[in-house]
Amino acid sequence: MRIGLFVPCFIDAFYPNVGIATLELLERFDCDVDYPFDQTCCGQPMVNSGCHAEARATEALFVENFAKYDVIVAPSGSCVHQVRDNLTAVEQTPEVKHVRENTLELVEFLHDVLKVDAFPWANFPHRVGYHDSCNTLRNLGHGKPSELHGAYFSKPRALLEKVAGIELVTIDRPDECCGFGGTFSVTEPEVSAQMGRDKIADHGRNGAEYIVSADSSCLMHQSGCGARIGAPIRFKHIAEILNGATQ
Amino acid sequence: MSTNQPDPAATIQSKTATREPQPRPAKAPDGKRVDHARSAKQFLNAPEHAKSHDTRVWAMRTKRDKQAHTIEEWEELRELASQIKTHTLTNLGSYLEEFEANAKANGIHVHWARDGAEHNRIIHEIFTDHGVKSVIKAKSMLMEECGFRHYMDGVGIEIIETDLGERIQQLDGEDPSHIVVPPVHKMRSDVARLFAEKLGSDPENDDAHYLAGAQRDATRPLILDADAGMTGANFAVAETGGFVVCTNEGNADLSANVPNLHVASIGIEKLVPRVEDMGVFIRLLSRSALGSPITQYTSHFRGPKQGGEMHIVLVDNGRSKRLGMDKFWSSLKCIRCGACMNTCPVYRRSGGLSYGATYAGPLGLILNPSFDAHRYSNLPFASTLNGSCTNVCPVKINIHEQIFGWRQVLAEEGHLPWTKKTALSAAGKVLASPKGYRAAIKTTNSALKHLPRWALYNRMNAWGEGREMPTPPEHGTFHDWYKRNRLSGQTKATTGSDSR
Amino acid sequence: MSARDDILGAIRAGKPAMNAPAPAVPSYDDGYPQDREHLTALFAERLTTMGGIWQAPTDGQNLDDALQEALADKLGKPFEDAVIASNVSEVAGNRGINENDDPTTLHDVDIAVLRATFGVAETGSVAFTEKELTVNAVAYLAQHLVVLLDPAEIVTNMHRAYQRDDFAGARYTVFHTGPSATADIEGVLVRGAQGVRSLTVIAATANA
Repeated sequence: MRIGLFVPCFIDAFYPNVGIATLELLERFDCDVDYPFDQTCCGQPMVNSGCHAEARATEALFVENFAKYDVIVAPSGSCVHQVRDNLTAVEQTPEVKHVRENTLELVEFLHDVLKVDAFPWANFPHRVGYHDSCNTLRNLGHGKPSELHGAYFSKPRALLEKVAGIELVTIDRPDECCGFGGTFSVTEPEVSAQMGRDKIADHGRNGAEYIVSADSSCLMHQSGCGARIGAPIRFKHIAEILNGATQ
Repeated sequence: MSTNQPDPAATIQSKTATREPQPRPAKAPDGKRVDHARSAKQFLNAPEHAKSHDTRVWAMRTKRDKQAHTIEEWEELRELASQIKTHTLTNLGSYLEEFEANAKANGIHVHWARDGAEHNRIIHEIFTDHGVKSVIKAKSMLMEECGFRHYMDGVGIEIIETDLGERIQQLDGEDPSHIVVPPVHKMRSDVARLFAEKLGSDPENDDAHYLAGAQRDATRPLILDADAGMTGANFAVAETGGFVVCTNEGNADLSANVPNLHVASIGIEKLVPRVEDMGVFIRLLSRSALGSPITQYTSHFRGPKQGGEMHIVLVDNGRSKRLGMDKFWSSLKCIRCGACMNTCPVYRRSGGLSYGATYAGPLGLILNPSFDAHRYSNLPFASTLNGSCTNVCPVKINIHEQIFGWRQVLAEEGHLPWTKKTALSAAGKVLASPKGYRAAIKTTNSALKHLPRWALYNRMNAWGEGREMPTPPEHGTFHDWYKRNRLSGQTKATTGSDSR
Repeated sequence: MSARDDILGAIRAGKPAMNAPAPAVPSYDDGYPQDREHLTALFAERLTTMGGIWQAPTDGQNLDDALQEALADKLGKPFEDAVIASNVSEVAGNRGINENDDPTTLHDVDIAVLRATFGVAETGSVAFTEKELTVNAVAYLAQHLVVLLDPAEIVTNMHRAYQRDDFAGARYTVFHTGPSATADIEGVLVRGAQGVRSLTVIAATANA
């Protein structure tokens, strides 16, 4: 299985450690991983603003870069949702369909495809509030959202529970949106920041030392809010923890 | 005289009494876009009101969850409700005809109105024919859509809201901010001040029982004196020609049964085929809205009372047009429960009035643009697309996907501000070019690294209003790291993220 | 073209061209108690949650006494002064209700006594039609409502309720679930909003 690694633009620019951790983690499981050097973006910023035509060239470039891989893995729920569900500005050729159907987010790849049952190198002796991003939870089905009636399950927590020393805390509003929402964060800055502060406060009062998520965009927003108010809480992407980061 | 209520003469001010003035977001002038973000900011600048609102509305979501999680067949009920509505809407013409025929056979007068203006004129005519001067009414979002009360004000017919929440809003000259709990944005001290001014109650007594009692006492004589009563309808049953109204106060039953003339405004999408279908909807409605198994009153009207007269006005007002919209017609399944508003984190923090339209919250985002695309073109962007609304909707409308869909429609029809369109067009070009993209990242990170704080954080930087900017990584981007560590034929590192 | 024609025409022209059959609706009441005693107990529990009062009269107690016991401390006036409009043969009352009465003449009724057609255990609801009410408005203008309910007429849930034919025959059918209520003012639950301040259900087998 040849894997193409997609490192989203904001991870590339601001959180390269997440990309590095993802690559190293996949290599620990003997995956054959390639990083297409000319990749850019999945088209989400334009598409989420309704500008599909403006996203066409970017989407085409994405497909061009990743068509030759069996599976495309990305450490980003929002980007994977965009590719799987909304990459519609380009003509839907068999190549495009192949890319769309085989793009997976990291957690679902580890949980559903590799079916990882241990992370022997991992050790994170801290209290962690896991943040279910709305994209991973409701669009990619990472777990049972609190609104629905049904048996509880959570793929990311199932993975994190295999990490030595980790203590997962439960918060008051388990899956309320943190307020990033893409361009929402700049078109509705007050509401967005209020939601971010509320989210951090919820984690804080329930004892979390770290907020961990599979979406760096949420973490970028929450850490920005946290830094502004001087909240002592820290932020980490799940890839880094599963890859053995200790803090 | 009230008995199981505190002595009205006593002054009781609760611990939550606040001197914070009630936030009143400015209304967008005619022809202008509603600026949700600005109104939301005004709401958040009244922190006690904002906190009270968020807490209270979240409580409704929590109560709803309790019901949903204890009913084994909950998800099946949602699916049934969705299928019944889909079936009805795809056969709407036939069901409307069946409904009308049965209603007429029961002695009900049936009128049709293409839009709000026609609705108002028809009812005005009915009132004129009967010499109606004062009308008591129950809550109806359809009548809000039609601007009914404003029209009646203009022709000198007095309309008295009997629902406590709607009456509060009417006396305050404000629109309802939530479709089920109209004054949910108000704190009790706001109501105390309002009632003191309008009803002569004690301004220092903000006890909810006292205030509700004051409204009951003030409204009862108006109910007894009214010439006509009006209700909306939650459901219209084709099989019987009857309609169903759900309230907690019993005010719809007072409005319908005390005067001899009952006029009901019913949206054409309210149809359900059979009486038996009501079991599904009644089990879902109040649980989704307020987290109670059923409303205190569930009333089924099939014909005028002895010696009375009953009229129904079936209203289109854009519904048939929406039925023809491929991506949006399923919004007509809506049973107006308000669960989407309760769960929406944006609604809870911005307050319903910030949407500047009849419908607020997620429902508003997908309905309002169909009434006026330009005025409401910002609304679909007042969302993080988190999808919680879709999950609580009892009829399984894919609300967040329709919000996404409206963004595309508005962008393609030229309703985006040109600054936004230009920026996104530019972004589209940069992101489609590997070289352009690399250059942009370099510039951004350089700016973040080198610009002084005052240059980074100012009015032009919306991100920086409430947040710190991300820090540029010390050793460059992932792309740089990959180039340095992997492209030159180096072997993979297996010791974690230390090698760079 | 009339508005009716315009609207039906627009609907027929635009409606989605999909085949969406009406689903069969199950009754979902397998989990309910099968015996009368437990079903009645469930009804009473649900009624109480919704703010209603359940009264099982003690053996031999006549209904007039049960009424007084239920309401004496709620009226705000001596029980002898209460205006009682009774629509049931078991309670005499002191104010008659006639079909052609102007509803507004009932504004001073303190207690209305009615018999429910049936009850619903799922929600603790009681049902009336215009037959049980005589004047519909009496159930809303009265300050307090007392309802006689024959436990044999309690159905399991709302699905079963809507399978009955009352809705097809009556002009007005209404479920009352507890007294009038509102939480419009800061979410504080207030009973006796616009309608009755209290609703008491007394178990009483119907006379033939």
